Amino acid sequence: MSEHKLILADLDGDRSWRLADYAQRRGYEALKKIVAEKIAPDDIIATLKTANLRGRGGAGFPTGLKWSFMPKAYTGPKYVVCNSDEGEPGTFKDRDILRYNPHAVIEGMIIAGYTMGCVAGYNYIHGEIFEVYERFEAALDEARAAGLLGRNILGSDFSFELFAHHGYGAYVCGEETGLLESLEGKKGQPRFKPPFPASFGLYGKPTTINNTETFASVPFILRMGGETFLNLGKPNNGGTKIFSVSGHVNRPGNYEVQLGTPFAELLEMAGGMRGGRRLKAVIPGGSSAPVLSGELMMELTMDYDAIAKAGSMLGSGAVIVMDETTCMVKALERLSYFYFEESCGQCTPCREGTGWLYRMMRRLEHGEGRAEDLDLLDNVAENIMGRTICALGDAAAMPVRGFLKHYRDEFAYHIEHKRCLVPVELQREGSRIYVRQD
Amino acid sequence: MLEIEIDGQKVEVAPGSTVMQAAQRIGKHIPHFCYHKKLSIAANCRMCLVEVEKMPKAVPACATPVAADMKVHTGSEKAVKAQRAVMEFLLINHPLDCPICDQGGECQLQDIAVGYGGGESRYREEKRVVFNKKLGPLINTDMTRCIHCSRCVRFGQEIAGVMELGIAHRGEHAEVMAFVDRSVDSELSGNAIDLCPVGALTSKPFRFGARTWELVRRPSVSPHDSLGANLQVQVKHDRVMRVLPLENEAINECWLSDKDRFSYEGLYAADRLTRPQIKHDGEWHEVDWQTALDYVVRTLGDIRKEYGADAIGALLSPHSTLEELHLAQKLVRGLRSENIDSRLRQNDFSADGRRTGTPWLGLPLAALSTLDAALVVGSFLRKDHPLMAQRLRQAQRAGAKICRVNAVADDWLIPLSAEVIAAPDRLAASLAAVLAALAEQTGQAVAASCQAAVAGITVDEAARGVAAALLNGERRAVLLGNLAVQHPNASSLQVLAAEIARLAGASFGFLGEAANTVGAALAGAQPSKGGRNAAAMLREPRKAYVLLGVEPEFDCADGVAARAALMQAASVIHLGSFVGSAAEYADVLLPIAPFTETSGSFVNAEGRLQSFSAVVPPLGDARPGWKLLRVLGNLLGLPGFEQESSEAVRAEALGEGDLATCLDNGLDGVQARLDAPAQGLQRIAEVPIHFADPLARRAPALQKTQDAAVPQARIHPETLTGLGVADGEVVRLRGSGEVKLVARVDVGVPVGCVRVAAAHPASLALGPMSAELSVERA
Repeated sequence: MSEHKLILADLDGDRSWRLADYAQRRGYEALKKIVAEKIAPDDIIATLKTANLRGRGGAGFPTGLKWSFMPKAYTGPKYVVCNSDEGEPGTFKDRDILRYNPHAVIEGMIIAGYTMGCVAGYNYIHGEIFEVYERFEAALDEARAAGLLGRNILGSDFSFELFAHHGYGAYVCGEETGLLESLEGKKGQPRFKPPFPASFGLYGKPTTINNTETFASVPFILRMGGETFLNLGKPNNGGTKIFSVSGHVNRPGNYEVQLGTPFAELLEMAGGMRGGRRLKAVIPGGSSAPVLSGELMMELTMDYDAIAKAGSMLGSGAVIVMDETTCMVKALERLSYFYFEESCGQCTPCREGTGWLYRMMRRLEHGEGRAEDLDLLDNVAENIMGRTICALGDAAAMPVRGFLKHYRDEFAYHIEHKRCLVPVELQREGSRIYVRQD
Repeated sequence: MLEIEIDGQKVEVAPGSTVMQAAQRIGKHIPHFCYHKKLSIAANCRMCLVEVEKMPKAVPACATPVAADMKVHTGSEKAVKAQRAVMEFLLINHPLDCPICDQGGECQLQDIAVGYGGGESRYREEKRVVFNKKLGPLINTDMTRCIHCSRCVRFGQEIAGVMELGIAHRGEHAEVMAFVDRSVDSELSGNAIDLCPVGALTSKPFRFGARTWELVRRPSVSPHDSLGANLQVQVKHDRVMRVLPLENEAINECWLSDKDRFSYEGLYAADRLTRPQIKHDGEWHEVDWQTALDYVVRTLGDIRKEYGADAIGALLSPHSTLEELHLAQKLVRGLRSENIDSRLRQNDFSADGRRTGTPWLGLPLAALSTLDAALVVGSFLRKDHPLMAQRLRQAQRAGAKICRVNAVADDWLIPLSAEVIAAPDRLAASLAAVLAALAEQTGQAVAASCQAAVAGITVDEAARGVAAALLNGERRAVLLGNLAVQHPNASSLQVLAAEIARLAGASFGFLGEAANTVGAALAGAQPSKGGRNAAAMLREPRKAYVLLGVEPEFDCADGVAARAALMQAASVIHLGSFVGSAAEYADVLLPIAPFTETSGSFVNAEGRLQSFSAVVPPLGDARPGWKLLRVLGNLLGLPGFEQESSEAVRAEALGEGDLATCLDNGLDGVQARLDAPAQGLQRIAEVPIHFADPLARRAPALQKTQDAAVPQARIHPETLTGLGVADGEVVRLRGSGEVKLVARVDVGVPVGCVRVAAAHPASLALGPMSAELSVERA
């Protein structure tokens, strides 16, 4: 089995991001057809529903359904926003899409604007990938010059503006309402929902927010038809998905495969385990997804439903592969530190709980754990979950609960012996800087 | 209406309400910190999590809208588990310093922790420490105690209109702070102390003064601005320890201005008058009441005999109670003098005798919040009427159009729809232009009283903008501020503004200068025919003056003239709570009780009579003013001084019938006229918020605020350049006297004007508030 590329197809060379290259890859065909034939927005939504495109940002919400939530009768401005604030540890797919195929995103957003009657769109790009932001701006200039953006697109009566905006790297700005606040120039703090963005979004106007990969998929779906896209994947899990494979594999990178591809095959595409070591654990969907054991993962297929059934989530498709040299306590300490630092501090359970979790983890990792810590860790994580304004609280708690569930012995060993179960020498071996051989 | 069920109890609420509001309707308490009825919903503390059937997670009651047939459980296992979890999180980093915390005993965190907290903490890591912030002289900080509820931040944004506090940084590092090196300078800042549910923000003046449970709470009414804010005065050992708002939705809601809140410190100023004193051979001697009163009776009798009753004048403070004012005017009239006035800062008395009633706000205070349009004329709105400004701010937030015709472009922290800023001598003309624009826009004819003023007036875009803004919606008001009332052509401004209101279908009224301006008018504390008004009494100095609660050099329109008149008088009888410079010009000092030590009444701007009792006994030998005046009346042998209580005085002062029927802003037969153009630099003088009355002047913390800074000469850059003066240079200003002040560029001051605050020691020597000044480099 190999990759099945749509978004990432034919992106060799250093000009793949240019409009001319994209056009050669049949880019903007979908948009041109829509505009020329005045295809009804409802038909576009129906196609997306048939395709079973699910949000690629992490939550996996059906895109067609989301687009249908936008109030049709609303007469004021409506907005479409692309969430390129890719901050989930392990995820790096949107960066590559924007770097190598930005026009797919632009086309997807224009189609979204057409479908939902939006006056303007914004692409909020993560603050730490500035060159990608610049390239996206350049791509926008190309699109504007070609009459694909702005007033009377392609000579039609459809007008749509699209702007790029770069953040400053806060993880929480990837939460859609935090993103909106940040886009409005405020402190990036998630809003309480309801009201949802579809009724009260950017500047208080109806807004739809989708992930970069989601928008990039739209032109492909409309070209190939919903049914074809769906059949690339599994029922309820249509199409292809880009997985960012990182960790102890020989060829870390982005791999676009059909949903439902077995994990084992994905691992193989990524060159298999480094040094032929044993697969210990996998975080299948970005740092906030509960960890699964290597054995379990080897049985699973990579799609929303299969991973959820196994007790984790496909999330953004960030597959973090850990081999036997990994100390799970240290791994969790690092993750907890991330959430501690990235909590926006707005609501109590997350602000206070992430610090509590991290401090306990630091103590544990440094051999100062106490017997009661494991139950307390689990309970503190449980107390955060479901009680916060946004999903960051859950994201901080789930790894803790996942690690404890699958690797409790390793934690207990730490407490009892005041050192790692995995010998330090082995850990060092595993984390040696690795130079790709090909 | 929707019906929902909370803990098995059915409640009907309006669609769009929240679960929290529904619970409060049936008196069900849901623990909360960030929720506050007057602030936007933040839903960040998570304390109010409740279970709603068919919802997977516990939801915050404060932010969850009700839906038909919703079943809410506030005390179910799921709800309580969530509440306990949140409580634990709130406490892990909160210091256990309740025994030394000023909030102890009145702390929401403490209270709720009793119900929802554990007996012992499971948190055994190091606790967060946050450095304290310097927020100015009023608010003390202990930021480690902050639970990040953001109430203080939202208060600034939404109520005070200025975001002086914000939450910087992220996560556990998040801290409430002011902008770098700034303090919190809003005139409403003290409310943040009340809003803070923990001891992070506490009152600096009250700090470590008492524990809350030692304090006795007594209701009172603020003696400062014309709002009449309701106070809860807290007392320990017969001493006022602090002042908090007493909630009254119709007046101050749950807010207080900083002046209302912190002026109590002035009650115990070093120059508080506690014993009657008589000056003898240039020396002051403490005497008993009998001696002092005998002296007064003899002196007044002598002067009356020698120079006639007309030689006696009375200057009465509009911050005095209705009862005091009534008896004071009765006493002076009993002596056959008509020289009585409480309109001390006014300059134009041409409307006297032509009023059809007692001037007032023209609408209920609460209606300010729901106006669709308001035109404010000649006002230092924010500083003169902090909480009325707040109401207009809320109206604007709800869509009202606020506009102004004013002599200064002060930032009212209210987005304005239109404005005309004009020099004092152009104010009447500006109003005339707005009036002409309104006539144009509504197709109505201008009344005869204004036709001369409107004739030949040029209607510019700004005037049209104001007129158009005022026509917004249905509920409209035209409000005259203190600058307009104290203007030398005040009656014309009033006639024009009233006509604007008529054409716009707006209510018309006065914001009011002082706590009892309306009450003073009702009590007859102004001259009737043949009497001298406040200005005339100084212009034509009298032989004897009776002063009630007045410091004429600060409280009169022309402090220099006031002082000169008093210095030349044969006798000045000072009834007041403080000595001040009365020591120089008075010959007898009679200590009367301030508002906290006497019963009495104020009538606020909306014509609401508010009576109050003493909250503490009088200090030393001080006596309630009404009792003193009543006895003095007896000793003078005047009839009608037999009242046994302040209630009896009040009843007599107000007479039969409804107070409301006396309220009327009409003027009979006054013609509006435009001012002659000024020749020199026109002075624009505000009364700084903390210098408006003797009590505020003596409150140490208030005197340390930015609002109490030494006045500067604020001048338009064009005018300043013309004078050859640079920004920041010291200039010599000459009015009736001379002062040196720093000159400041201010584009909000019209060309050809100098803005210098009055009622401040540094600018006192300048003399009249409305005058032409000369300015040169010092």
